[in-house]
Amino acid sequence: MDFDFNDEQRMLKESVDQLIADRYTFEQRKTYMKDGSGFSREMWNQYAEMGLLGLPFDEKYGGVGYADGGAVETMIVMEAFGRGLTLEPYLATVVLGGGLVNLGGTDAQREAILPKIADGSLMLAFAYEEAQSRYNLADVATTAKRDADGWLITGEKNFVMHGNCADKIIVSARISGDRTSRDGIGLFLVDAKAPGVSRKSYETQDGQRAAQIKLSGVKVRSNDALGNDGDPGKALPLIEKVADNALAAVAAEGLGAMSAAHEVTLEYLRTRKQFGVAIGSFQVLQHRAVDVLVSLEQARSMAYFATMMVNDPDPVERGKAISAATVQMRRSGKFIGQQVVQLHGGIGMTLEYKIGHYFKRLTAMESLLGDTDHHLAALARAGGLIEAGV
Amino acid sequence: MDLRFTSDEIKFRDEVRAFFRTALPASIRRKMELGQRVSKEDTVTWQRILNAKGWAVPSWPVEWGGTDWGPVKTYIFKEEMQLAPAPDPLSFNVSMVGPVLIAFGSEAQKKHFLPKVANLDIWFCQGFSEPGAGSDLASLRTAAKREGDHYIVNGQKIWTSRAHHADWMFCLVRTSSEGKPQQGISYLLIDTKTPGLTIRPIHTIDGEHHFNEVFFDNVRVPAENIVGEENRGWTYAKYLLGHERVGIARIGAAKHRIQRAKALAAGVMIGDTPLSETPRFREKVASIEVELKALEITQMRVVANSVRLPKGAADPTSSILKLKGTELQQATTEILMEVAGANAMIREPEHLWGTATEPSIGPEWTTTTAADYFYTRAASIYGGSNEIQKNVIAKRILEL
Ligand SMILES: Cc1cc2nc3c(=O)[nH]c(=O)nc-3n(C[C@H](O)[C@H](O)[C@H](O)COP(=O)(O)OP(=O)(O)OC[C@H]3O[C@@H](n4cnc5c(N)ncnc54)[C@H](O)[C@@H]3O)c2cc1C
Repeated sequence: MDFDFNDEQRMLKESVDQLIADRYTFEQRKTYMKDGSGFSREMWNQYAEMGLLGLPFDEKYGGVGYADGGAVETMIVMEAFGRGLTLEPYLATVVLGGGLVNLGGTDAQREAILPKIADGSLMLAFAYEEAQSRYNLADVATTAKRDADGWLITGEKNFVMHGNCADKIIVSARISGDRTSRDGIGLFLVDAKAPGVSRKSYETQDGQRAAQIKLSGVKVRSNDALGNDGDPGKALPLIEKVADNALAAVAAEGLGAMSAAHEVTLEYLRTRKQFGVAIGSFQVLQHRAVDVLVSLEQARSMAYFATMMVNDPDPVERGKAISAATVQMRRSGKFIGQQVVQLHGGIGMTLEYKIGHYFKRLTAMESLLGDTDHHLAALARAGGLIEAGV
Repeated sequence: MDLRFTSDEIKFRDEVRAFFRTALPASIRRKMELGQRVSKEDTVTWQRILNAKGWAVPSWPVEWGGTDWGPVKTYIFKEEMQLAPAPDPLSFNVSMVGPVLIAFGSEAQKKHFLPKVANLDIWFCQGFSEPGAGSDLASLRTAAKREGDHYIVNGQKIWTSRAHHADWMFCLVRTSSEGKPQQGISYLLIDTKTPGLTIRPIHTIDGEHHFNEVFFDNVRVPAENIVGEENRGWTYAKYLLGHERVGIARIGAAKHRIQRAKALAAGVMIGDTPLSETPRFREKVASIEVELKALEITQMRVVANSVRLPKGAADPTSSILKLKGTELQQATTEILMEVAGANAMIREPEHLWGTATEPSIGPEWTTTTAADYFYTRAASIYGGSNEIQKNVIAKRILEL
């Protein structure tokens, strides 16, 4: 048992935490948000320089080359990003898009794409959800039909995180089977500017960006079908693995947001005075702050659990662990988000103060890759974490 | 014991229902059904329709445009209004400044203000909270100094809801620093267009403009605008606490959200099953319904009891209604947001106000759910936070 970071990880943590503390203050974040694409290109380049954008990739693809795909390192980075409420498309580009290409692409595809992600010159998005799919990754109505020298993709995707700024969009599309069958799903690399692609960009409640993407007979070359063209209809296990990677990353991001919100609130309890004393001297608020701490530590433990289980070779065990961690993270996120606002009183309700933004980000995470009930049901269906026995 | 309304009350309920069905303008009803925000104009329009019918201020005395309904009918009226669903009357006018003027205002003030307050010709806002005086309201510092026949007001208010819509503010000001802080406070009516008064918007986490900061820089207020006696303002402000016994739990509004959540969940498919038919969803909603029913009956008990209480006497049980009521308001917004799923996170503010010219990205009803959830967090903060409510209950009811 070992919950310590090694020296290299400690250094990474120090430098990322420092970067966020220096360059992602609440005021700086406001200016990044006003940028056309809703984040800071400068920060993006900074991440590239620090090697964060190639973190899960092999050295030969411009990455860092961690043995386990950098699960712990990703957690470290995401926790810092959660603290800063960063706006850059890290999850979309590196974890989701990059993850799919890294784990499912051909050598040629990896060579073509991963180095560009790592150096910051290429942004990806992953278009998996549709209006009807309701958190079911296998529910894909978008179709891919064989065309002379490739594929024609038709359908509509929604909730595409950072689909607004992506250069390439990885689209899940059905090659065969019923709308919800596990077989018959392929992944296709679609150029965001290709004819037939139209995107409607929008802001999400937490100040991030996303897009609804319509694909009307978009032509995709054979070698832009992800993986070997021989059998492209088997993408679901890959999608599930990468979704789990993303959920582990989001658990860490949520942890960062919760712990920062907790610290901001403790500071407020110490300094805000009513009735002639610091409000932190009221026992009921002390207890509430302790409840927040308990909830936070439960979330931390489960973020670690997710990180340590995300590369488990058994997909069932992995899935159970990720769903369990996600349920905890959502519950803690909801409780902590609501309480930190409550403990601030009126100022907690304003956009001008940062605590409300943590609340909103934590709320937005609740429907990312499956809501709490979805994961609770998945875990229960899989038999839970403890086996029956007498 | 009998849960049922009398036949007279049922007749009254049907009459109210029928009136709301025909009198509520369709455009306003549609906004309400979608959970959208109503505009200032909508609130004014509706208030005037009610006023024309004689139902604008049912709890006021008949001589000032009120009714002699008594608590049960008033309760039925308010519930039906929320279920209609019709916009809430402006509480600052109807439940706050109006009753205070009726109890403590001068004849001249009553004559001048009450008809306009009832008809919403004058929109009032509430200037109580200050940056340093929230829960500890009595520590407020905005000062009013008497100079001849004027008060000169200096200081700052904050979180002033809808001051940007308001013609007037009822304001607590410090007129004396002697004795206990509560003893030097006066209740002053201030025209928001008076020179020296500035209103600055503060945006809330739903992205909207609900409240404001209000600055007073040598604002000259005619001395005749003081309500009652100088330094008695605290008593007047407190008069309202526990006085509002009817409808503060907002059961009707919570019920309406549950109705919507159930209906809308029928259209959300989880694979081949509508969300509304999944056991988890049903049980979750049912458990809110249980609490809501319990609170409804608690509310009815309070209403029934208040028939016996002397007029104006406070019923401490009413703080329970606020406490549990806000929790249930919040729980119902959570459920609706969950039903909306990922759609809830798409930010389309024009749809919140029903002013959009383009269709929404997801189903239209989903566009309001997150804003409703975010803003309703404030229900346990304003009007005395839930922590403060509990302190009051512990002290007054439990005598701890
Ligand atoms: C949306 C919204 C609209 C509002 N509209 C108006 C308006 O129109 N006019 C107006 O005058 N005001 C308005 N308010 C202000 C509201 O009344 C105050 O926010 C409220 O009284 C709390 O004060 P505060 O914000 O200063 O928080 P604080 O009093 O600083 O409280 C911070 C936290 O400490 C807790 N706390 C404080 N004292 C105690 C104690 N003794 N024991 C236990 N816990 C305690 C509180 O419950 C809260 O959780 C509005 C507020 C909101 C959020």
